[in-house]
Amino acid sequence: MPKAMMKTFGAAAIAASILGAAIATAPRSAQAAGEAVPIPSYDWSFSGIFGTFDRAAMQRGFQVYTEVCASCHGLEYIAFRNLAALGYDEDQIKAIAATYTVGDGPDDFGEMFEREAIPADRFPPPFANENAARAAMGGAYPPDLSLMTKKRANGVNYLHALLIGYEDPPAGVEVPEGQYWNAYFPGHLISMPPPLLEDQVEFSDGTPATVEQMSSDLTTFLAWAAEPMMEERKRMGVKALLFLLVLTALLYAVKRKIWADIH
Amino acid sequence: MSGFQSDNAVVKWIDHRLPIFTYMNHELNEYPTPRNLSYMWNFGSLAGIALVIMIVTGILLAMQYTPHVDHAFASVERIMRDVNYGWLIRYVHMNGASFFFIVVYIHIFRGLYYGSYKAPREILWMLGVIIMLLMMATAFMGYVLPWGQMSFWGATVITNLFSAIPLVGEGIVTWLWGGFSVDNPTLNRFFALHYLLPFVIVGVVFLHLWALHRFGSNNPLGIDAKGPQDKIPFNPYYTVKDAFGLGVFLIFFAAFVFFAPNYMGHPDNYIEANPLVTPPHIVPEWYFLPFYAMLRAVTFDISIPFTGIILIEAKLGGVIVMFASIIILFFLPWLDSSPVRSGRFRPTFKWFFWILAIDLVALGYLGSKPAEQPYVAFAQIATAYYFFHFLILLPLLGKLERPKPLPTSISEPVLKGGGMMAGAAAKPMEKP
Ligand code: HEC
Ligand code: HEM
Repeated sequence: MPKAMMKTFGAAAIAASILGAAIATAPRSAQAAGEAVPIPSYDWSFSGIFGTFDRAAMQRGFQVYTEVCASCHGLEYIAFRNLAALGYDEDQIKAIAATYTVGDGPDDFGEMFEREAIPADRFPPPFANENAARAAMGGAYPPDLSLMTKKRANGVNYLHALLIGYEDPPAGVEVPEGQYWNAYFPGHLISMPPPLLEDQVEFSDGTPATVEQMSSDLTTFLAWAAEPMMEERKRMGVKALLFLLVLTALLYAVKRKIWADIH
Repeated sequence: MSGFQSDNAVVKWIDHRLPIFTYMNHELNEYPTPRNLSYMWNFGSLAGIALVIMIVTGILLAMQYTPHVDHAFASVERIMRDVNYGWLIRYVHMNGASFFFIVVYIHIFRGLYYGSYKAPREILWMLGVIIMLLMMATAFMGYVLPWGQMSFWGATVITNLFSAIPLVGEGIVTWLWGGFSVDNPTLNRFFALHYLLPFVIVGVVFLHLWALHRFGSNNPLGIDAKGPQDKIPFNPYYTVKDAFGLGVFLIFFAAFVFFAPNYMGHPDNYIEANPLVTPPHIVPEWYFLPFYAMLRAVTFDISIPFTGIILIEAKLGGVIVMFASIIILFFLPWLDSSPVRSGRFRPTFKWFFWILAIDLVALGYLGSKPAEQPYVAFAQIATAYYFFHFLILLPLLGKLERPKPLPTSISEPVLKGGGMMAGAAAKPMEKP
């Protein structure tokens, strides 16, 4: 038996080394093709099994979104009522909604009209459609941000890295008009001007508005926007796993007992 | 034949007219099962449970989903955000597909190792291969429904394969699409079929179980039961063992659903489908990757030497190879010439079994990479090896290999000092 096992492992080792060779000789095509750049990992309040969204950070991030990003980027899947998750109460949410106007209609006379937004409305988009956005942005399209952290690989870290990743281009690299050098954008040339500048917003809780701070708060906010059910999911997961571990242990004990006379 | 008794008058009344209780007692309760099945035999019942999980969550999703190109993506986001426990239902369905394939792939490899496809279980095995094909079709069409970028481009790439068929190919593709590109009619019919096929799978699973219960399960020794002492009733022994296995399965499953629900998915599928923007790499779900690698491994036309007449274009060649890799499994019972079922007693086969397993893992890895060198070259070697294993190795091995002596019966597996001669061992399938 041990001999046969050795042989089996020998075979496995040979095949594994073929696989290894395939991986080792693989070109670093990702980098060569100017696609993805390795993205650093940052610490987040919401990572890990027990992670939750930091409410204060989300509120600050929401402020950065409305004051900075909202002029170019939509948040199409978020309704004002969802902001309750950030810790706002009903009156605050009504007040926030009231600062927006949304299209509605037709009314009784068949006319379309504009009205103040209510909590049930979603964030109105900054542009009427993609063509309007491209026309205003010199051909580039600012994507909707509500799923941003899920639609890029390693999205949470990528978003933060991107926002703090504007740098001077390396010597000899020509950056075309209307584009900017970013260490983490695939291909490095991005059409979004550096959106965050030191002290661009004033946080009511007195937190200094460094680029780093604004970016990490905004990332927390957008991570929530992409996965608003994350906290509920993890809470339920902990309970489900505890239950399943106990249940499975019991089933194992029962199995041992029932099989006792067979072995 | 049946030991079924009931004191309940209603049960007796029904059973006399429709012996469903007798039947269930026979097939699920007293059903005689080899006493030595290992945990590798848990994966059949797990596959059945996975199928039920998929059907239940799928029907719940269908109640909220909108199969229209303008609304599909948004309706899925609505399920995630606004439907009560919609995120749970969707994540269970999404990860359930991956776990279904994990379970069925292990189930198949169990069959490959222990020779469960050999007489008299050939039809059982072939029904299994049909189930796998149906599962693949179902999963492929299901992945199109959320209408993300990978949905759209995956559907485009795979349906386009049919255009490789000479003469009628283009016509078939237009017919499949219901138009001139993947569009609303395509999404509608994929939804209809994605709802239908799981129920077809249920039907084939019934046939599969019917065939299974004809001769009962194979076992790790691969020898037939010699008498009642080799078997135990299914209930309570295997019901409790399967229940424990289910518990372990659910722990792994819950870990993914609750803590890494998008780990096995592709981020691009959270971008709404856009026919004008092609993603840099179009990759299928992980469970298709080995087959995708084989599809792309054929990069050359097959032509008559020195004439330049092309017989099979590279694209058609890839399609043929990919389908052949599964069709070949239908012939496995006749390709494997060894009369010994279990790999335990086949010292050389054992080697090649593991090489095949690693070959498929390597193909999976290569399928996830762009179609460039050196990946393509390795994929060609690995694809060739896959066919070599089934078409050349297995037929020869049974003739050349000297199997180890087989135990005389399941209940006395340990035979000190030899037992039967290898020659005698080579007739293990005679009836008791
Ligand atoms: C002046 C308009 C403008 C503002 C303000 C702006 N963006 Fe952008 N953003 C763009 C444009 C244009 C693009 C498309 C860039 C491209 O494709 O090269 C973009 C792209 C992005 C992307 C996508 C990068 C990728 O991987 O494709 C992210 C993420 C992003 N912006 C986040 C933000 C955030 C967060 C803010 C607020 C702090 C912000 N943007 C403010 C115009 C803007
Ligand atoms: C929906 C998918 C499937 C379900 C629900 C299913 C269900 C089952 C069940 C419950 C058993 C008995 C328990 C066991 O032996 O593990 C079984 C046995 C078997 N299945 Fe499947 N199966 C599925 C797919 C497949 C596939 C895809 C194959 C092969 C290509 C396959 C091949 C077999 C074989 C050969 C046996 C007999 C095994 C033995 O007794 O050793 N099955 N199946």
